[in-house]
Amino acid sequence: MPNSLVIRGLTKEYVPGKPVLSDIDLAFGETCINAIIGPSGTGKSTLIRCINRLVEPTSGEILFDGADLARLVGTPLRQARRHIGMVFQEYNLVERLTVMENLLCGRLGYVSAWKAWRRKFPTEDIERAFQLLDVVGLAGFAQRRADALSGGQRQRVGIARAVMQEPKLLLADEPTSSLDPKTSVEIMQLLADVARSRDIPVLINMHDVDLATRFADRIVGMSGGRVVFDGAPAGLSDAMLKQIYGGEDWLQ
Amino acid sequence: MKTGSPVLISRADPFPKSLWPRVATVALVVYVIYACAQMEISWERVQTGLANAAHFFARLFPPNFARHELLVRGLLESLQIAVLASTLGILLALPIGLAGARNLMPPWASWPARALIVLARSLHPVIVAILFVKAVGFGALAGVLALTVASVGFIGKLFTEAIEEISSKQVEAVRATGAPFPSVLAFGVMPQVFSRFIGFATYQLDSNLRNSTMVGIVGAGGIGGTLFAAFQRFDYDFVCAILIAIISLIMLGEVLAAGVRAIFIDNATLPELFRRRGLPRRDRLVEDE
Repeated sequence: MPNSLVIRGLTKEYVPGKPVLSDIDLAFGETCINAIIGPSGTGKSTLIRCINRLVEPTSGEILFDGADLARLVGTPLRQARRHIGMVFQEYNLVERLTVMENLLCGRLGYVSAWKAWRRKFPTEDIERAFQLLDVVGLAGFAQRRADALSGGQRQRVGIARAVMQEPKLLLADEPTSSLDPKTSVEIMQLLADVARSRDIPVLINMHDVDLATRFADRIVGMSGGRVVFDGAPAGLSDAMLKQIYGGEDWLQ
Repeated sequence: MKTGSPVLISRADPFPKSLWPRVATVALVVYVIYACAQMEISWERVQTGLANAAHFFARLFPPNFARHELLVRGLLESLQIAVLASTLGILLALPIGLAGARNLMPPWASWPARALIVLARSLHPVIVAILFVKAVGFGALAGVLALTVASVGFIGKLFTEAIEEISSKQVEAVRATGAPFPSVLAFGVMPQVFSRFIGFATYQLDSNLRNSTMVGIVGAGGIGGTLFAAFQRFDYDFVCAILIAIISLIMLGEVLAAGVRAIFIDNATLPELFRRRGLPRRDRLVEDE
């Protein structure tokens, strides 16, 4: 896989002296579907958000596509973000825009602001948006407003928007936590299909361990802001889960 | 789970009456009585006033439309003042209101913008109109400028507040795609505030229409000047005609504003607007049996 992401010594402190992430070293690129599991508040979201700099890292390096993402500012940062698609827990669609406009948001990094204001997107972008709507199973929804969709439909739009960016890396911050079990599986399947067909790594934060072991090639277990497990799902023993989440009653 | 120390509540009376609201109510009543006494507002004063009012209202009718040319010219000038001031005010308020939003702009931009908005709001349009009459001379220009200042203050403030209340999640998602700042505004911010902005703008047009009939009293153009002159000449039947004309104009403005809101906010089409009688039926939050 050509697109590798190397994280070295990543630390994030929202409050000085209280690191949420301490000295994280991780490399992605060998495997396609990477699930990050761990209890709430352990810094999974922060880790994902440091990569595309929705959160500012305190120290460390994030090497991707020949640049240290942690150091970029201004235009180079925006250009790096174009290649990193992100899927959110609460979909984060622009509610009052149509599905088509939400998809085209994925092209905003490539289109001048003047053209974006007048909704003058290149024909091939619009064409691809329609194709993607077919792929995610929302053909015919282009003119529907985002706030008229169900949760599962919204997340499909969210994934399509990320794919519109032609990303070299996909980040997903608990993409199934707001969805019912059946839709969760469908959304995970869609994410996996998209990532595999494009041969790009995807980093998925999740709470559902069963869903993670079912879809992921690799699982990163975090606890207390550190990586405590890193390997194939098969290696994730009950003892390991106990170490990640603490306690054991929930494993029964 | 840790809890704070429990607050002791009497089980017989779980809603303890607090003292201060009662003290405040008594104080208000006392002040109202004091103020009436101070300004010598008494029942006798009201009675003599009412007698005079009856005499005055009798002289208002029937309205006299003989000088309708003067009336129409004044009304049209008021309308022009209102439309020009609203357009100019909205165009200025957009960037100033945006600059004032602290969730999008750095402090060096938001504080000056906020200061400007406060300044524009601090004086009543009539006082601003007097200032402009002194500065640029009698006539409609002073009225347009005065109402523009008022529009910038009103729309700017509400627009700033609307932007500060938007969902940051939607903006975050657009930012994460690598969109440049103006595109984030176009796709992440504007869709969230546009309908409210239309609401503010139509409300301000409505308000400017009313104020434009008034700035003429201080010589800033429009029907107000005619009205003031008629008062001073005791042409009360003409005053009545002017008042009827102003009320009609404001009502017309109200209907137009409702139409604009229906088109932009409820996505109504023009034919729908004419077919429909009245406003769309709204679901009531409280239903009776």
